[in-house]
Amino acid sequence: MASNGKTNGKAKGNGQWVGKKFKRKEDPRLVRGISHYTDDIKVPRLAYCVFVRSPHAHARIVSIDTEAARNHPGVLAVVTAADLEGLGMIPCAMQMPDLKIPSHPALAKERVRYLGEPVVAVVAEDAYAARDAAELVVVEYEALPVVLDMEKALEKESSLIYPEFGTNKAFTHAMKSGDIDAAYKKADRVVKIRLLNQRVAPTAMEPRSIVAEYLPGENRLTIWASTQIPHLLKTQVAIMVCLPETAVRVIAPEVGGGFGSKLNVYAEDGVVPWLAMKLGRPVKWTETRRESLMVTIHGRDTINYLELALKKDGTILGLRAKILADMGAYHQLLTPLIPQLTALMLPGCYKIPAFDCEIIGVFTNKMSTDAYRGAGRPEAAYDIERLMDCAARELNQDPAKFRSKNFPQPKEFPFTTAAGLLYDSANYQQSLKRALQLAGYDKLREKQKAAWKQGRYFGIGVSTYVEICAIGPSAATPAGGWESGTVRIEPTGKVTVLTGASPHGQGQETTFAQLVADQFGITPDDVTVIHGDTLAVPYGIGTFGSRGTAVGGTAIYFAVQKLKTKIAALAAHLLSAKPVDIVIANGRVGLKGNSKKSMSWGELVLAAYTARNIPPGFEPGMEATHFFEPSNFTFPFGTHVAAVEVDAETGETKIEKYVAVDDCGNVINPLLVDGQVQGGIAQGLSQALYEELVYNEDGQLLTGSLMDYALPKAAHIPEFILDRTVTPTPVNPMGVKGVGEAGTIASTPCIVNAVCDALAPLGITNIDMPLKPERVWRAITAAQANIPVAAQLTSKPGARSSRRPA
Amino acid sequence: MIPAAFDYESPKTLNEALSLLASREDAKLLAGGHSLLPAMKLRLASPALLIDLGRIAGLDYIRDSGETINIGALTTHATVASSSLLLSASPLLAQAASNIGDIQVRNRGTIGGSLAQAHPSADYPASILALDAHIVAFSQSGERVIPARAFFTGMFTTALRPDEIITEIRVPKTTGAGAVYKKFHHPASGYAVVGVAVVVRGNSAKIEDVSIGITGVGEIAYRAAAVEDALRGKPASAIAQAAKHAADKVEALGDNYASAEYRRHLAEVYTRRALQEALSSKRGK
Repeated sequence: MASNGKTNGKAKGNGQWVGKKFKRKEDPRLVRGISHYTDDIKVPRLAYCVFVRSPHAHARIVSIDTEAARNHPGVLAVVTAADLEGLGMIPCAMQMPDLKIPSHPALAKERVRYLGEPVVAVVAEDAYAARDAAELVVVEYEALPVVLDMEKALEKESSLIYPEFGTNKAFTHAMKSGDIDAAYKKADRVVKIRLLNQRVAPTAMEPRSIVAEYLPGENRLTIWASTQIPHLLKTQVAIMVCLPETAVRVIAPEVGGGFGSKLNVYAEDGVVPWLAMKLGRPVKWTETRRESLMVTIHGRDTINYLELALKKDGTILGLRAKILADMGAYHQLLTPLIPQLTALMLPGCYKIPAFDCEIIGVFTNKMSTDAYRGAGRPEAAYDIERLMDCAARELNQDPAKFRSKNFPQPKEFPFTTAAGLLYDSANYQQSLKRALQLAGYDKLREKQKAAWKQGRYFGIGVSTYVEICAIGPSAATPAGGWESGTVRIEPTGKVTVLTGASPHGQGQETTFAQLVADQFGITPDDVTVIHGDTLAVPYGIGTFGSRGTAVGGTAIYFAVQKLKTKIAALAAHLLSAKPVDIVIANGRVGLKGNSKKSMSWGELVLAAYTARNIPPGFEPGMEATHFFEPSNFTFPFGTHVAAVEVDAETGETKIEKYVAVDDCGNVINPLLVDGQVQGGIAQGLSQALYEELVYNEDGQLLTGSLMDYALPKAAHIPEFILDRTVTPTPVNPMGVKGVGEAGTIASTPCIVNAVCDALAPLGITNIDMPLKPERVWRAITAAQANIPVAAQLTSKPGARSSRRPA
Repeated sequence: MIPAAFDYESPKTLNEALSLLASREDAKLLAGGHSLLPAMKLRLASPALLIDLGRIAGLDYIRDSGETINIGALTTHATVASSSLLLSASPLLAQAASNIGDIQVRNRGTIGGSLAQAHPSADYPASILALDAHIVAFSQSGERVIPARAFFTGMFTTALRPDEIITEIRVPKTTGAGAVYKKFHHPASGYAVVGVAVVVRGNSAKIEDVSIGITGVGEIAYRAAAVEDALRGKPASAIAQAAKHAADKVEALGDNYASAEYRRHLAEVYTRRALQEALSSKRGK
């Protein structure tokens, strides 16, 4: 692993701690297994819940017999939809003009519409009794026709999941700019491709889990939940169970990853608190891995029709896209939002004068899709980066040069894209150059020529991505896009930071401590970051969309500035100096280099609390809160390069080299940024090569366990060569952009581009993901049957496309 | 992930275990538990009695007994994989063991447990067959020695009688032969999509003897007899043609990861590659 962290911009705010590799404060307790996740929470009289789920993808519920289950020893309650009086619907936060939002009860009423939909909840004294009793519940179903294929679902003859809507179409949404017809008229070539972005499972290490305890005397509902959004969950659960929000407290203890899947409000999040209130007993539910794969939201699942209109010289004239997005059977919190992000980011990092994109949301009898690491942007990057490779091949141009030709120049930033976004800052040329240099691109191309001559399939994939982060300005987000930060200097001088962000693996207990330590001239060990408790932390939005540092960190930064003003005022008073002359550094406050006119950090802070000698009008104490509203998103970018060799006999792909040059603006902790990039690439290349949720024709999940669903293992992951360029954003004072999703966005098209590039002599332009060896082998076999062997070794046929515009 | 209720016994001696096994029809033996326990947690298996063999002393060994290396049934995959005795005298089984699951599985799973489970894609069966090993089983009526070729009778079924417990595996030495196990890993389960174990004597001018065990393709692991027959006495140049018969007469299985046709194809490719490697490098000689 190499990361020299070369910078091209002046890293603003770099100090003693910011910008340094500093080991995570979180890790000692995590690696020793001595911290607490939701399932570790034990409260007196805790009862356990198990859900009886639909074994059908689509069926009418004929009858439910719960008698045997109710009579099972230890059982406290067995409830169906009919019992759930006073429990509201599962929320969808999206509003769009023609969006159809189905009523989404927490337990299925009359019909089940996807495999695993909860039908009955069983609560017992222990998890064993609950599980045993669940087996005794008898539900009679009458199977209904199953709708799985999006394109068939939109045909007139298709059976309907919601007859009341008269269609399986959930919404249509168009995005246009420029004159697309003129672009096509001017075009020398139009390159077309149909891409599938398969359904995958976020698969956080810790499955979902919730504990709810209701104390009627205090009228307090306490919820421990494995969530990315404790405050939003609090509000939503309060609404669902009809309690004032002030009566609900949500605590997110250790959260073992989310990848977007815990940025949601699920059926269980309503049922478990409702049961706790009804039974007067605390109730726990923890998802099994099977449930996690089946009924935690899925990611991706889109069909993409893409066309690029081009001039012979490689200039892009227009981009046309039609995207079908599988919603699943219901909308979860943000389901219909995800494909909008795809449309917004479809133009990628290119100048595209005309853009015409239509997205169609489709209901199917599957689990809902929603945000999964990248949330719409990996789909966009996959679309545009695959299309760029096909176009380069069609024009017989080098894919790297072809990309570069269509980049906006650094001086063109802020740059307005074809989708109407204002990209903050970038230098795509520099990123590409650095990545090609690190990869030894020219040598790799020579190696490729030699390999092809020997009948070996060696390929190079390039992906130059841009993503949208620091989500985001409130006007563009369903629930508000700001974040809160509170900084409290305690009387001893130690600092408590409260953040509305809700890190669940990102490591912001460390990076926020570094940030604050530098500002106050103390050490990260002096700073404790508190998050994930709605009773302790002012209202916040949460952690998702690579927003934790750029939005949550910035809120803290501003709260710190408020305190620095206050510290300067107090120090000036005590030292008979001017506030502007006060310097805070190395544990001291006062005039620089004048020990007589300075005091220790501890003395100064204590003076604010003892308050015996304070300036007139000075508010005692040392606490400040800031709610930061960003003025724009940020747009991190980068270049990934992969070299692969495909075994033509078996279809197996071996990654020989992987280079990633990412730019997330200024870096607070390079160690954590590298970790995010590595994990992201692992997940992204895993989508390219391994992962897929497969439903059979009956809507049964064939990849419902980790014995079938291929998560990447250490042996699947190559060595990564990492580097960075640094282009600070002007959107926030720290110049930080966000890095949580970059790896996942860039790597998927990079790998598929590399494999298709390897197979170029066979005329293969596309293979659908995941690139399972059998699929690759079949593509090779089919191509070999069509092309004489001699030609395979020498020629490089172009992409299949219309030579003239249609 | 909560199994149904079951009784649990942990006998200290083989005799105790045999009598417990004979006493209950719905008993299951626990010998590592890396297949059984997940099945129980998913309620795909619900034995009324679990007999944990882990406390029985003296079934965890690898010994040289002259003609054969004898391996106690409770020897873990990790021990088999790293046995210097096996690596020098009969390395094929060690190669197979090092390909099983992951480190955690290899540290807990046992060779006896794996063989008794008879998973159609398990790694050991290919090697056990190629080596013409013997499986020793005990019941209350005494010892029975089962040749590998008679051991695997179907998917998850073996020649073991309900009252028998595997105690030992006897593996012939392969000194002077090339021995190679080549495996195509399932990316999720780690099981063999196809696994080919070969033992070859001779050189590229003349293959004197060859035995080939293949796992993952069909319901049970098998000896690729047609390939063996086509190669005895032939030069290495015959390998490519002979390997085309790697899945002859086998009803191949398919699933959403690898179709039957693809598995047959892989059997050919992996058989060819394993043979070539065994002959050229004389790995394990």
